[in-house]
Amino acid sequence: MGALLLGELPALPLHTAGKYVAGAYVVLFAIVLIYVAIMSVRLGRVQRELGELLAQSQERSEAEEEA
Amino acid sequence: MSTPVPQTRPAPAAQQQADTAAPPAQTGTLSTVAAILRKELLIELRTLESVPGMSLFALTTFVVFHFALNRNNVDGDLAAGILWVTLLFAAMLGINRLFVADADQGGFDGFLLAPVDRSAMLLAKALALLAYLVVLEVVAVPAFALLLLGPPIGPALPGLVGVLALGDLGVAAIGTLVAAMAVRTRARDLLGPLLALPLLVPIVIGGVRASEPLLVLGHTGTPGARWLLLLGLYDLVFGLIAYALFDFLLED
Amino acid sequence: MSPPSRLSIATVVVMTVALGLVFFYAPLEAEQGFLQKIFYVHVPLAIIALCGFVAGGIMAIAHLRTRDPRWDMRSYVTIHMSLIFAVGTLITGSIWAKGSWGHWWVWSEPTLVSFLIVFLLYATYQPLRFAIEDPERQARYASVFAVTAGAFVPLNFIAVRLSTAYLHPRVLGSTSNLPSQMALTFLVSLLGLALLFTTLCKYELAAKHARAQLRALRRAAAEREGLTGGENSGAHARRPRSAAPTQYPATAMTAGSPGRPTV
Repeated sequence: MGALLLGELPALPLHTAGKYVAGAYVVLFAIVLIYVAIMSVRLGRVQRELGELLAQSQERSEAEEEA
Repeated sequence: MSTPVPQTRPAPAAQQQADTAAPPAQTGTLSTVAAILRKELLIELRTLESVPGMSLFALTTFVVFHFALNRNNVDGDLAAGILWVTLLFAAMLGINRLFVADADQGGFDGFLLAPVDRSAMLLAKALALLAYLVVLEVVAVPAFALLLLGPPIGPALPGLVGVLALGDLGVAAIGTLVAAMAVRTRARDLLGPLLALPLLVPIVIGGVRASEPLLVLGHTGTPGARWLLLLGLYDLVFGLIAYALFDFLLED
Repeated sequence: MSPPSRLSIATVVVMTVALGLVFFYAPLEAEQGFLQKIFYVHVPLAIIALCGFVAGGIMAIAHLRTRDPRWDMRSYVTIHMSLIFAVGTLITGSIWAKGSWGHWWVWSEPTLVSFLIVFLLYATYQPLRFAIEDPERQARYASVFAVTAGAFVPLNFIAVRLSTAYLHPRVLGSTSNLPSQMALTFLVSLLGLALLFTTLCKYELAAKHARAQLRALRRAAAEREGLTGGENSGAHARRPRSAAPTQYPATAMTAGSPGRPTV
């Protein structure tokens, strides 16, 4: 059945069609991966800013204790 | 209530109407629309800043097309396409200028203070734009027939007028909405056409397809019903949408 | 387990199953052979992008009625994600066209053409937002745009489909008359990509929410600095270009306005 079907395939050779199919799925993969990369950069930024704010508020509470 | 004649450019007729009359209830929408429309047309007649520019642009574009396509005359779908593209781009000029005076000279504020239905401004501006488009076409279509069109325009005119009218309604509705959106942003001259052109593609599709059989060499056909239906449906939907959304743009 | 995590796991599971079905279960199509497999990624991307644009319009209506900035945030994220999916549709469709017809672009495929127009329209969404400084007006104008564009999407499809109907037969195949194995594969792919869309939107919203809370924290810290005449000017120097206006309460519950969308 499979052999019959393969025999009936159109002019486009399988290895050429494979490139295009792979290309299309790679596009989907790339979209998701790029998104993950952007999110991780943003996460890094948020973590850095949180750390700074925390340090600032600790500094201030120390200053208030001294005063 | 007398409809005042605007003395200076930025005086909104609606505010003057509110000043002179002092009715306790809201001023009727129709009379507001009439007043604003009258102001728009009078200003345009005195300053002539939109319509002559649009018409001249259309004429120049026809000349450019002659050289760009290297053709002495066109017919059929090529003719329909050239006519509609030229009218569309000329309409962009009018759309860009539609709210500029109001935004720059405080016309919006005056209008917002008046006890009137805000959609009146939409209706008035859309009718004004429609008027500009009609004048544009009165100039551009004969010019097109003279300069570029192969077959005679005579038998095509009634059908062409109908198709152009349907298209103009859609351009007026969408153009007014987009103009109001774009005018108070930073890149108003750029955003206007960028917003309007994709929204107007279905009108181009309907208009060109409907005009095509009218402009063929030999037997003049009739516009296909499906294209007229498409134009009519599009006009209706976006007319309603513009009417529903316009208030939200004026709120400041 | 928090809802976003459950959603992510569901997404991964369904998409993996879909990939398996596409390459090991769905039969080869008679006319196009192996190339037809692109159908399982191209068409779901298209459908979800379209639904996303319309959903963005509906959320914009909610924003205009309730004036709740959270609806604007959701509308913005949904439209942004739909635009990304639309670009994916265009690229995969172009690859399919190249494989089928040898050209990277075909005007006779109504889906591709409609998507091009829709993409050109929604590509102006962010420039429109960027061009308006005042956050409340920005949200309002963006919502007006989203509603207009959302209504435009189905009408545009009808118009383009009408214009290509009698010129060429459909190049890239349609979703009707699918044999049951292909139909199942298609539905699972559709579900997987729909879950992916929702997961990415949820993460985007969570990120924006976190950034808004951070801004509020920084503002509160700066105010306290100002009151006590603080020497530490770090917070002031790094104030974002478009701080949310005071009308949006900076409590933990509200997300605040999107402000500069790509902050």
